[in-house]
Parts: sequence; C-alpha cells; structure tokens
Amino acid sequence: MNKQSNIYTTIYIIVLVLIVGTALAATSLALRDRQQANADADKMRQILAAAHITPPADEIISDYTRHIIETKVINSKGETIEGDAFAIDVAAQVKLPADQRRLPVFVCRLDNDQLKYILPAYGAGLWGPIWGYIALDADGSTIYGAYFAHQGETPGLGAEIEKPKFCNEFTGKHLFKNDIFMPIAVVKAGQVPQGDEDYVDGVSGGTITSKGVGDMLSNSLTPYEAYLKTLSAK
Amino acid sequence: MAEKVSNKSVLLNPFSKNNPVIVQVLGICSVLAVTAKLEPAIVMGISVIAVLAFSNVIISLIRNTIPTNIRIIVQLVVVAGLVVIVDQLLKAYTYDVSKQLSVFIGLIITNCILMGRLEAFAMANKPWPSFLDGIGNGAGYAIILIIVGFFRELLGSGTLLGYTVVPQWCYDHGYVNNGLMILPPMALIVVACIIWVHRLLNKDLQED
Repeated sequence: MNKQSNIYTTIYIIVLVLIVGTALAATSLALRDRQQANADADKMRQILAAAHITPPADEIISDYTRHIIETKVINSKGETIEGDAFAIDVAAQVKLPADQRRLPVFVCRLDNDQLKYILPAYGAGLWGPIWGYIALDADGSTIYGAYFAHQGETPGLGAEIEKPKFCNEFTGKHLFKNDIFMPIAVVKAGQVPQGDEDYVDGVSGGTITSKGVGDMLSNSLTPYEAYLKTLSAK
Repeated sequence: MAEKVSNKSVLLNPFSKNNPVIVQVLGICSVLAVTAKLEPAIVMGISVIAVLAFSNVIISLIRNTIPTNIRIIVQLVVVAGLVVIVDQLLKAYTYDVSKQLSVFIGLIITNCILMGRLEAFAMANKPWPSFLDGIGNGAGYAIILIIVGFFRELLGSGTLLGYTVVPQWCYDHGYVNNGLMILPPMALIVVACIIWVHRLLNKDLQED
C-alpha cells in the first residue's frame, strides 16, 4: 500500500482524530463529577474564608453546611427571587445592568451565633479577573471580613491582594456613611479619597490591581444597596 | 539517529551531558513560569515526564504507519490528547495545584522538548528505547525545574513546599525575603547559574 497517497493520509488522520477524540471524551465524562465537586468545594472554601473560617480541606463541605444556614437570591430592589444562589455565575451577572442582576446572598452563622451576610464580587485586575467575597455584620454596613483572589496578577505586587495583610484592612470599615451607601475606596497609601467614604490602602506596586478591587467593590456591591438598607433597618 | 546507542545512555544522557534545559536550552518558557514555588515545579516535572514518555511510546509504535507529509500533525494530535488528559486528571485529583499551573499544563503542548524528542528520537526508534528516552529527557527537565524552584522558593518566600524553613530569628536579625526571586527574570538568572556550574564541571561542553 502506498503510504504517501492522499487517500491513505486522509483516512489515517480521520481514524487518529476519532481515536484521540473518543479517549478525551471518555476521560472527561469519567472525571467530570470529581472536578465539579472540587470546584464547588473551592468555592465553599472562599465563601467561608470571607467570614474568617478556614477549615482543612476534608472538612470544607461539612463546615459549609454547618455555617451557611441560608442562601438566597435577591434583585436590586432587595426582594427575594427564585434561584440557587450557589450556582449563580457572578462573573456573568456583574456585566448586566444593576436592575437585571440576580444577586446571591450567603447567610453565615458563626460558632458564637452571630449572623454574617456574605456577598460575592467580581471584577478585573491588571492581567485577568479578580474576585472576592465580603462578609458583613448583621447591620448590613460593617465589614467583618474580606476574601480576594485573582487569576494571574503579578506575584509580589498585584497578587498581594489575596494576602491577609490586604484583606484584613477591610475589617471594621463601613459601607454606609451617614445613611449614604458608599462602597469602600482603595487608594494609594498615604492618600485619601475625594468623598468621605471609608477607604483602605492599596498594594504598593499594584496600583491597577488595587484600583480594580475598588471598582469591583463599587460595581458588585452597589446593587445590594436596597437589601442592605433593609438589614440595617432591622 | 542511525548509530546504535545503549538503552542506558538513552536514559541517562539527558540528565547531564545532553540535558534538554541546560545544554540544549529548550523548554525555558515553562521554567520561568512554574518555578516560583517548589510544588508546582514538581508537578509540572512529573506531568512532562508522563506526557513525554507516553507520547514517545505512541509515536514510536505507529512510526512506520505515519504518512511523512503529516507527521508533525500526527505528533501534535497525540501530544495534545495526552496533555488534555493530564490536565483533566490534575483537575480531578490535585485541584489546588492545577489552579496554580492552569495554562502552563496546556502549554506543555508547545514545549519544544516534546516535539524535539518525538521528531528526533521516537520517529526512528523502537518503543522501549523511546520510552526510556522520554523518561530521561522528562526527568532531565524536571530536575532543573526542581533545582530552580528550590532556590526561588527558599530565597524568595523563605519556605519549601509551603513550610517555613527560614527560622524566625533570621527575620528578627534583619533578614528579608528577596522579592525579586519570585519574579520571572530570576528564573533565567538561576538557570544561567546552573549552566555556568555545569559547564565548569564538564570541560567537553565548553565552547571556545
């Protein structure tokens, strides 16, 4: 048989691609459940991390079910709507206009019975997406804890936003100032924002990433304003 | 590749005399990218060994059936298939590591060591020597990765595999981690230092 003929070449590559394709499809099917479980557990870990709960890897799911007593989806008017808060893709939601967004809320009960409200945020850093979770006290204004993560910010510079040093700066800041909703500003160290909102110092050398965190908080948290007002009224 | 080489030298040559990274200077890009910490360096090394060994065997098995004019495409399909499988396995079993390595596993496909070995060795040799060649070259690559990762994590973060190894009293006496070690340029400089030492020890590799 002539191995250099066009027919042989065509059949050869078709058979090869079919075999490789089958192998890939089989692997993907066999591992999908496990991968999804991993991704879910990782999301649970991040949500809990905002409320300063950091369980070891094998206790994430049990800790999540113990602490997160309620999840709900709200709209920008603060009304509860149908939906699975955990499954909502925040990355897609933040691109919508505020009044069309489906906003997840995770209600977390600490071991000392205090309630914390955990809200997701998603935005852009310098090289790629950044995201995070903000845990609020029951007054809907005071930040109890923050968790930030990133896909590919520069190590040692922008990537510092995931370090406790930066995240812990947010603790104790207020989203409401004199009953006016103002998300936390992130400014260069030593500067102050133009308004009188609460602010934290950005990461030095990570100016664009820090600015990204500020913009992310503003864009992601503003639609929660109505809901947070009902919390503070309680 | 017509001359007869013993299986032993096929396996062991890539460790030193013919190391893919420090002698042939291939695969440098991933050395820069994944060596800021030791753990991803080790996982990346193991992944490359696995992909290289198995793609070498597969290509060697079908080497006599491959039409010459599409051989590169055939090699790419096999490598890409294996890389995706490795990526899926990492996502399923070592999720944290796969998050760190993310795109770099996919980039194994473009690692020049792979195409180089497939084209230069597997296309002309039997499966068993090809398997050894894959293991040897993969391990030669992994060793450099691990050495670079070791120094970058130790000097840059003061940890190894995530455990703190630089004692606290060093910091108390004014020692600080070198942030530059974490940035990509230092990977090149560490690789260059390894090449330097290696050539010092191997006179026959020195150019005039």
